[in-house]
Amino acid sequence: MLKILKYSFFDLMRSRWSYVYFAFYLLLGVVLLFLNNDLSKAVITLMNVIIVLVPLIGTIFGVMYYYNSKEFTELLLAQPLKRSSIFLGQYLGVALSLSISLILGLGIPFVFYGLFESSAIWDFSLLLVTGTFLTLIFTALAFNIAMSNENKIKGFGYAILLWLFLAIIYDGLFLMTLIMFEDYPLDKVSLIGTMLNPIDLSRTLILLKLDISALLGYTGAVFKQFFGTSFGLIISFVMLAIWVALPVLRIVFKSKKKDF
Amino acid sequence: MKTFVQHNLFYIIFFIGFIGFSQTIEVCGDCTITSLKEAIRIAKDFDTIVVKKGTYKAHDIVIDKPLTIVGENYPVIDGELKGEIITIISDNVTVDGLFIINVGTSYTEDYAAIRVRKSKNFVIQNLVLEKLFFGIYIEKSSHGKVFHNKVIGDAVEEYNSGNGIQLWYSHHVEIEHNYIEHVRDGIYLEFSDDCLIKNNVSALNIRYGLHFMFSNDDTYQDNTFENNGAGVAVMFSKKIRMYNNTFKENWGTASYGMLLKEINDSEIIGNTFEENTIGINIEGSNRIIYKHNNFKNNGWAIKVRGACYTNQFVENNFLYNSFDIAYNSKVNDNVFDKNYWSNYTGYDLDKDGIGDVPYRPVKLFSYIVNRTPETIILLRSMFIDIIDFSEKVSPVFTPDNLMDHHPQTKKVTW
Repeated sequence: MLKILKYSFFDLMRSRWSYVYFAFYLLLGVVLLFLNNDLSKAVITLMNVIIVLVPLIGTIFGVMYYYNSKEFTELLLAQPLKRSSIFLGQYLGVALSLSISLILGLGIPFVFYGLFESSAIWDFSLLLVTGTFLTLIFTALAFNIAMSNENKIKGFGYAILLWLFLAIIYDGLFLMTLIMFEDYPLDKVSLIGTMLNPIDLSRTLILLKLDISALLGYTGAVFKQFFGTSFGLIISFVMLAIWVALPVLRIVFKSKKKDF
Repeated sequence: MKTFVQHNLFYIIFFIGFIGFSQTIEVCGDCTITSLKEAIRIAKDFDTIVVKKGTYKAHDIVIDKPLTIVGENYPVIDGELKGEIITIISDNVTVDGLFIINVGTSYTEDYAAIRVRKSKNFVIQNLVLEKLFFGIYIEKSSHGKVFHNKVIGDAVEEYNSGNGIQLWYSHHVEIEHNYIEHVRDGIYLEFSDDCLIKNNVSALNIRYGLHFMFSNDDTYQDNTFENNGAGVAVMFSKKIRMYNNTFKENWGTASYGMLLKEINDSEIIGNTFEENTIGINIEGSNRIIYKHNNFKNNGWAIKVRGACYTNQFVENNFLYNSFDIAYNSKVNDNVFDKNYWSNYTGYDLDKDGIGDVPYRPVKLFSYIVNRTPETIILLRSMFIDIIDFSEKVSPVFTPDNLMDHHPQTKKVTW
């Protein structure tokens, strides 16, 4: 598995797309810092970008890589290798190279800007950690979709739909539910609703760490109590880890049964 | 004002007449007079009592004649938690430079470190008050000065703590350059008219930094209210002038920079509201002018609750607030004009500094949050941005005449 991981990883590291992705984040970081002149402000703006773009890029990239390297995968399958290690190796290769592009691309401008002397370092680390989690989650989901669909167009379609659903439609449905049941106590419902969507979960985590927390007013007290404590933080990360684990398990499971 | 001068003039002449005869009495550990009470008993009108450095255990000190009491190097008056420490019941009393600690706590009486009762022309200055219940309590008095005092409480709960400086049925009192922290209400005015509150710092109090009730024609300016449990509350008053104050970091679930309730005909000019959960919460307040204020990094800059008519919001800066204005009805009778909004996305083709497209400060999401507070969890979600945008294009839920027709493209300076 490690060999395949290494191969996929270096293959991607050499490819143009990783550089484009890296350059994009580098540019974003530099421009944000240049325009904002304020580290904590830049972290907030960055959050908006990460919440939307990281899942999108993870999804598209995952699907694309799977379809592109299909012939090579078939070649590997002819070798005496474990199936799960082939697919997991490829998955980790993609996810890790994307994560490294993200961390380096954003990290370098911030480090040069004086991150280590700033109090925003924890917010920023949280941002990178959730960004990495989102990459892992959405690449895994993308691999699942690609493995289940031989048809590339269909695969891409589903991938986009998945992103659209989790990034936008889910929030719409969530909002409708909250408004429809506004006569009932909704603290728990909204907590659970947030937990079930990795994008919402990451957004809430970051928002509550930044000082916007208190604006949440009297209802916010519940959220603050939950997410603000280390218990809530641990639960949230466990939830994100589950979001990574489930699709990865399905990759393993699916790869064993799949007929090539 | 004229009567005030005449009034004072009378006293000044009166005072000068006596000054030739007044004498100084010294109080210290090994003087002939060792307690403040004794000194007051033997003193004649308009004498000066000098209290030397040391610790004096005393409570229920009643000042019943016009005296000047001066502490040298902050002598400590220790009330031993037995009750009230100094009570002034005479006119023309000056208390200066004492360190007063350990005021008793009572649930039936408001014990104060220093109380002024039914007197005029008092001056209370350079005091340091610690471990107190109520700090400076002024009742039914007038024409006094509370100047340069430091009140440091250790209040934890609202029900068993008192206020830093409290005015009750008093008028023409000047409260300047005081520093108040860790009490229930920093400064509390009830039924007190024509007072001036200037250059004070009120921070870390359990309830309000400043609390107004039924007090008209008061001015407060250049004060700083920081980190108070619920910010500043101004209620049931008329003709209040609020100039150049700073309201900062009043964070919390039920916290405001400033709470206005039933306030009419007032002016709010040149204030700064920074990092509060709600900058100003307005309820049933009419004919107020908001001008040249800075609202910066607040959760809500202004929350309008209802029954607010003919208010004017002119030439303010709204900078990086999560919500600029929240409104809970579709009716609007207030004017928003010539403000700078950092969220404004319009353009200015003729370059006259005024945006060509009117700005709508009320977002759909702020309307939704008002209705269903739990939806705040969706703040900064992409879906919310989309519905805000569509509401901006064609308002359905938010008041359609609530807009700034002349949004500034640059920060307003004055």
